[in-house]
Amino acid sequence: MAERLAMPKSWHLESKPHKFCPGCGHGIVLKILGEVIDELEIQDRMVFGVDIGCSLLAWDFFDVDTVQTHHGRTNPVMVGLKRANPELLPIAYMGDGGGYAIGSQHLVNSAFRNEKIMAIVVNNCNYGMTGGQMSPTTLPGQKTETSPYGRDPKETGNPTLGPEMVAAIASPGAYVARATVSNTKQLKRFMKKAVENQIAGNGFSFLEVISSCPTNWRTNAKQTWAFMEEDMANYFKTGELRTPDENKEG
Amino acid sequence: MTDKPVQEEKRVFMTGNEVVAWAAVAAGADIMYGYPITPQNEVMHYWTRLAPKFDKKFLQTEDELSAGFATIGGALAGRKSFSATAGPGTTLFQEPVSMAEMMRIPMVVVVQQRGGPSTATVIYSQQEVNMVTFGGNGEGWRVVYSTATHQEVYDYTIKSFNVAWKYRFPVFLLGDGYQAKMREPVTMYNPEDRGIELVEAEATLGQEGVPGKDRPARHIRNAYSVEEELYEASMPIQEEWEKMAEEITEWEEENIEDADVVIISHGVVSRAAIAAMNRLREKGVKVGYFRPITLRPFPNQQLREVAKKCSNFLLVESALGQLARLVKDALFNIPVENFDTIYKPGVGITAEELVEHIQKTR
Repeated sequence: MAERLAMPKSWHLESKPHKFCPGCGHGIVLKILGEVIDELEIQDRMVFGVDIGCSLLAWDFFDVDTVQTHHGRTNPVMVGLKRANPELLPIAYMGDGGGYAIGSQHLVNSAFRNEKIMAIVVNNCNYGMTGGQMSPTTLPGQKTETSPYGRDPKETGNPTLGPEMVAAIASPGAYVARATVSNTKQLKRFMKKAVENQIAGNGFSFLEVISSCPTNWRTNAKQTWAFMEEDMANYFKTGELRTPDENKEG
Repeated sequence: MTDKPVQEEKRVFMTGNEVVAWAAVAAGADIMYGYPITPQNEVMHYWTRLAPKFDKKFLQTEDELSAGFATIGGALAGRKSFSATAGPGTTLFQEPVSMAEMMRIPMVVVVQQRGGPSTATVIYSQQEVNMVTFGGNGEGWRVVYSTATHQEVYDYTIKSFNVAWKYRFPVFLLGDGYQAKMREPVTMYNPEDRGIELVEAEATLGQEGVPGKDRPARHIRNAYSVEEELYEASMPIQEEWEKMAEEITEWEEENIEDADVVIISHGVVSRAAIAAMNRLREKGVKVGYFRPITLRPFPNQQLREVAKKCSNFLLVESALGQLARLVKDALFNIPVENFDTIYKPGVGITAEELVEHIQKTR
């Protein structure tokens, strides 16, 4: 337990405490990623790419070479890096907007081409940094600044099921999973397997992480957890959707 | 595997797009990220044929945004990467190029202009001047070479890579559909044999050592929290851009000293301008010629010097005043005797019509 409370060695201490809102899930995802970086000792080979949106606040989060790109364009930058220098381990880090809206074509084509990079989409059901607008993963009935009466799927379609989409188009060797910040043990298992899949050079590695946005959800701690564990969990099922050996958990 | 693409100087007869591919190999380019659009396609066609012979790489991306951002990724990894595009593709390239400007990422983009706006024709125009010089959100911290001949396509492709990696600003090589598709003689050479030193590419991300232990981690960003922070980040870039401008600005001029009229043009149109000047000179008409080779930075001072000697200008371009805007900006506050123009958006310009126009208006 004591070890779990310590900061990962790969964290950049000068940029702590971090800049995410209190109660935001990014801190948990980045802590797990930090632990995985430490355990797999990949600080020297990893390149961390962050999108625009809340994820950009992680631009100096780790003692790892990091580039903050444009909204939706982190995947192609990581693809460019990997193709130019296959020794590197690029990890693209973005929100549900960068993954499934503005950057969806890049995600889809990275998966189609089985690019040997890893992509993490942190899904918090809304656009956090721009003030809580509807995103591709906003739940039916969920109120946001651009769906003030609740998202109506008849008007806007259903929430994007990212890992299901990627799993459907992925090639053999790909790793696709969904985890949640409310189950950090599983999150860490999946995170580690995704990173290991890239190290092995099997294929595209993709992890969606269900995460909280209490600021824009306008929830207190209890309501935040309930929204994540009940409303979101009902729609976005955690588990592994593709693994290189097809031996799946969840 | 052949070490050098061009072992000794040789005269060849090629299309401009083929020249780009050969020159990129000669310039030491490592990887091309591209997306098909006419009239630049054969740059990719030839590059993909040459690539395996010289241990080069290629990726056909899903669109121009991806091509541009992947090119940035390649540059960050320390490889000389480039792309080529045209028309609506150049529009999409404004996004990655603006990021390259802010982050000081060297990248080379070859633009073979087609008609515009929008899809328009796939053949020819000079209508991408606005975009390549000042497109994107920002201040236009970029370099634009406008070529006129296939020899220049070869020479300036090599120069584009060197300037991009030396000064770390994005560089556009601006050609057009005529230069892309027609064949003409070119002398190919190995740049080092002519004393042109190739600037080494250096990795920004993923250098030796463990970040935070052996060396500081590189954190590259283009987002700034407050106005003052952005101002402080921007002004040194502007200063470095201006310093570079003094060193790299290029232009060409002829017969200015005694000229009664000076034709201003750029790119392939300047070939018509030179031919018209020569024909009229034979008839005793004193015609001069001025051509910016770098459209960005623009040879402002050099043009102002011309205007002191003769400012009876005839500006010709295959666009509706895109070059004229740069020229008028350069001439601000200088008395100009006459500023005549021929604008033919998307249409070629011949020496005959320039001769006729000057004879008629004199």
